[in-house]
Amino acid sequence: MAERSFKSEVAKLRLGAGAEFRGEGILAVTKALLQSGVSYVSGYQGAPISHLVDVLADAQDVLDELGIRFEASANEAAAAAALAASINYPLRGAATFKATVGTNVAADALANLASSGVTGGALIIVGEDYGEGSSIMQERSHAFAMKSQIWLLDPRPNLPSIVRAVEHGFELSEASHTPVMLELRIRACHVWGSFTARDNARPAFTLAHALANPMRDVNRIVLPPASYLQEKEKVEKRWPAAVRFIEQHELNEFFDGDADDIGIIMQGGMYNTALRALEILGLADVFGESRVPLYVLNVTYPLIESELVRFCVGKKAVLIIEEGQPEFIEQAVNTILRRADVQTRVDGKGMLPMAGEYAGGVVKDGVRKFITAYRPDLIVERMPPLALQQPPSERLAKAQQALAGKVHGRPPSFCTGCPERPIFAAMKLVERELGPQHVSCDIGCHLFSILPPFNVGNSTMGYGLGGAGAAALSGAGGRRAVALVGDGGFWHNGLASSVGNAVFNKSDNVLIVVDNGYAAATGGQDVPSSAADNRMRATGNSIEKAVRGVGVQWVRTLTRTYDVARMRDTLKEALTTAVKGPKVIIARSECMLNKQRRERPLARKRMQAGARVVRERFGVDPDTCTGDHSCIRLSGCPSLTLAPNPDPLRREPVTRVINSCVGCGLCGEVAHAAVLCPSFYRATIISNPTRWERLKDRARAAVIGWLQRRMDWRLAAA
Amino acid sequence: MEAQLPKMRPITIAVVALGGEGGGVLADWIVDLAQHGGYLAQATSVPGVAQRTGATVYYVELFPNSAARTAQREPVLGLMPMPGDVEVVLASELMEAARAVERGFVTPDKTLLIASTHRVYAMTEKIALADGRVEPAALLAGCREAARQLVAFDMAAIADAAGSVVSAVLFGALAGSAALPFPRAGFEAAIRRGQVGVEPSLAAFSAGFEAARTDHPAMPPPSSPGAAATLPPPELRELLDRAARDFPGEARAVVTPALERLRDYQDADYAREFLARLAPFRELEQRHGDGRGALLAETARQLALAMTYEDTIRVADLKIRASRFARVRAEAEIKDGQLLEIAEFFHPRTQEIADTLPAPLGRWLLRTSWARRAVDRTTRRGRVIRSTSIGGFLALYALSRLRPLRRRSLRFASEQAALTAWLGLVAQTARDDYALALQVARMRGLVKGYGDTHERGQAKFDRLVALLPQLGGRSDASELLEGLIKAALADEAGQALERAIADAAALAPSPPATAGRAAS
Repeated sequence: MAERSFKSEVAKLRLGAGAEFRGEGILAVTKALLQSGVSYVSGYQGAPISHLVDVLADAQDVLDELGIRFEASANEAAAAAALAASINYPLRGAATFKATVGTNVAADALANLASSGVTGGALIIVGEDYGEGSSIMQERSHAFAMKSQIWLLDPRPNLPSIVRAVEHGFELSEASHTPVMLELRIRACHVWGSFTARDNARPAFTLAHALANPMRDVNRIVLPPASYLQEKEKVEKRWPAAVRFIEQHELNEFFDGDADDIGIIMQGGMYNTALRALEILGLADVFGESRVPLYVLNVTYPLIESELVRFCVGKKAVLIIEEGQPEFIEQAVNTILRRADVQTRVDGKGMLPMAGEYAGGVVKDGVRKFITAYRPDLIVERMPPLALQQPPSERLAKAQQALAGKVHGRPPSFCTGCPERPIFAAMKLVERELGPQHVSCDIGCHLFSILPPFNVGNSTMGYGLGGAGAAALSGAGGRRAVALVGDGGFWHNGLASSVGNAVFNKSDNVLIVVDNGYAAATGGQDVPSSAADNRMRATGNSIEKAVRGVGVQWVRTLTRTYDVARMRDTLKEALTTAVKGPKVIIARSECMLNKQRRERPLARKRMQAGARVVRERFGVDPDTCTGDHSCIRLSGCPSLTLAPNPDPLRREPVTRVINSCVGCGLCGEVAHAAVLCPSFYRATIISNPTRWERLKDRARAAVIGWLQRRMDWRLAAA
Repeated sequence: MEAQLPKMRPITIAVVALGGEGGGVLADWIVDLAQHGGYLAQATSVPGVAQRTGATVYYVELFPNSAARTAQREPVLGLMPMPGDVEVVLASELMEAARAVERGFVTPDKTLLIASTHRVYAMTEKIALADGRVEPAALLAGCREAARQLVAFDMAAIADAAGSVVSAVLFGALAGSAALPFPRAGFEAAIRRGQVGVEPSLAAFSAGFEAARTDHPAMPPPSSPGAAATLPPPELRELLDRAARDFPGEARAVVTPALERLRDYQDADYAREFLARLAPFRELEQRHGDGRGALLAETARQLALAMTYEDTIRVADLKIRASRFARVRAEAEIKDGQLLEIAEFFHPRTQEIADTLPAPLGRWLLRTSWARRAVDRTTRRGRVIRSTSIGGFLALYALSRLRPLRRRSLRFASEQAALTAWLGLVAQTARDDYALALQVARMRGLVKGYGDTHERGQAKFDRLVALLPQLGGRSDASELLEGLIKAALADEAGQALERAIADAAALAPSPPATAGRAAS
């Protein structure tokens, strides 16, 4: 089950015509899919589109009513391949994943789909994880659209526009027999807004119809000679059809303005930020009434030459606001204007930075540069005082100087009680004995190991590729590389690429499979080896069996990662054993975030019902803690923090365990395994104890209390 | 249209928080509050892995429905805070508030900054070998300088007292600041509609509300359990009086707690020995000091700490005290009817056991391989002792009663020797370089902790002692040593120290031999 339940969001999916839908952008997309009469949806979770997958996973009843099949795909390639159903049949289908990492994985299927062409509308919804908070390499989906000729939608980031984009996307796809990609930036996915719903549509032609009378057309299959024809068809038939549709339905938007000797061309997704920049500069009002004419590309590929020429003719210059690089749109616009012999100057990356997120300040500065270059009169005359004093003002500068170097980075890290933390604590201990290791990381929470306090990890090559990333280094000079893969990555791609590959190539490396029972980093979705039984999916498939199945001989499964000593010894054995071939350690303990979400409420209920509830938490005695903090360096748990030293003779702050501690036990295990200090204690708190426990406690209190009084008396006496 | 571009603008609010800290809940409350208060509200965030304890920003824009209706247009609302254009910044922690200033969200002409002054330390602050904490006053000053108005107080303390979370106090402070065009009732209604921990949230809310309106925010009484100060016994009182007579201000502030500590650790005679060992430094201080008595104070502090090194006897003694049990009860927030069991995590190794034994016996154990192996076997794994069980308590009690034997133990002997050597070094240095002597005294602080930690510290201390001969005579000796001590605390393995030593050697007119080795 996902990190949170989406039952309330599911109710929104049932809204009928005229009702107001209020919610997140990505949920609006989900509702729009149902309104568009999709027959199937496939996807692989990942920010920022996880919620689409999670909601559909919780919405089985709604999907059943509409006869929709939902695939929680094994990976993005599988999700994209499912769109094959729209090649031969008039079935509308959608696939969704995180971009560009997901698009990379899906590229093979997408290229085949695009070459075949589609009969039913095929929509690929990509969540563009670019800029602030992004966890991946900074690239553009635009390149994939161009190379495979998939039309790319980049709608204005408000719910009505996004919903319209979904509905038009299917029509465009069918009109041009081409798959369509809907690109949504992370904030657009999470923007909270509203739109007026329409009834959900049950597809006329169903999956059952398709299976009942299969259709085939050899020209739709990627194999010579069809593949050559398909390329011609792309440029001769599908492209012109797309252009016609986009023009007729006015998917792109024009906004007039009185300063019509200049203009701004922008990706639809940039609209709100660009408008706010203009508004601050006094060139637009809050309702989007702009003095500078705007051409908003809700479709960023293909570009519509006639529209571009129409917008640029008679203007001395246009600014292109295009986030990311290379600047595909700017290059194309230049070509188009050159061909049409339009002399308008094209400014883009010359005024805005080539790389990086186009955040508000960035866009504002770019627009100011552009206006100052071509229409300084507009700014000088009309800029409100707010924009006149350009932040940072002197006071701000002074404040920022005062803070320089004092604000430490705060990257994401392992949660309190995370079962992955002890794995890296153990690795640090092994490092002390065997020296530093080369560690090939994967994708998932465990990648936080590269940051303090662990500083473990040399590279990450992609989801499920941890083992493959260490392949070249296998056993060189008698040493072994360590590789990591999560259970998510393992089932995504790791079994073949990191395990099977290592077996086949007689790798001598060590692979640690971090099995926390979920795809945790993407929101705690189930994977084939998850323990929870899931009505819709087959869970409980053993990773160890799978690993042995592809031929690994040396496998160790640890069912309590918190046992640091055991983890350390197992890892040492794997690194030193004479056994050749890949060594796989499966480190299994449930993701604490999900475990707490499940168990906390139950415990609270049991306690209120008067049932016996035991809670454990750890603590540090400030009078024996010497403030060296090696415990924190070996753990980094958020519930381990600092407190002023109560000892008047000591200056270093002591370690303190705050009440958020979930009693995972790592502190104690580390104190033992690393021979740290005797300051850690475990407090076991028993609510509603049994009569026997209360009796025992009274007896203890009597004896211990008497001895303690004697001690105090001895201390007080001379 | 030139003339009438309306000046109507949205209200811009940024919530800066740590992932999983309830910043999302706060944003939802604000949206709900606004929508029920006749405003359009748009909120965005950047979740994903950033949510895993990392710094995140939630951004909200509000716009009056009425204005949209009269214009018959939907406003275009922003999806991210624009530097210089944020009216309210809500910060759930002090360093995050400072981060908002660094990012330009907080500007003197515009921004009301509502921040909690409590600290959630960054990893880089926590992993320091000594004290890596950033000076909170500096962070607060930066915030005050940058903000148009600053509302800042410890919201975590208030939240704890109310059994709620910081976001509820922030919401209350937002209401109290009257920055938004909504009545208090509207805020509270939003919390009720939210349906998560309503009662505690409302309590925290109103505490935050009041605190934001008063200059002296309501603070919960500091909960500091522990032994109530008892009147010192006569023999100690006599020593304390002597100390009060003989020692100047700064030193007295150290010597008084030191005497109590030493007597608590061993006995009054031990405290007397402390004064005796310290006596020569009073005279040194008078002769070479600058009147502030820094060397005397630091030497006294280090001496007292060194004389009360943590051994198994001391640890057992501290673990089983009534005051300690009380402290744990408080920290674990034990309520009536709940039972508490305490389990201690010890990992005594053969070395520590030998240290506790009478010196000859301890030496014998360490050099007799079969005996050592036998003990090694039993100490390979750590021990968990339940100090709240009678058996566990008695074991620790018995250990603590070995105190009289301490003076004859192996560790005691070695510690005394080491102390004498170090004190001699300080005294000798003080005669020709007072400032350097102060650093030599401070240097002793490197030796602390248990097991590996203690060994690493000892090694670094010895390394510096070996370097002293080369430092002597250099005009910048004390600065150099101060730098080296800092470097020694930069990392566990001591690489930073070796680098610093190499650099110091490079500075020297004629690079001394040992430093050359260090560099290689």
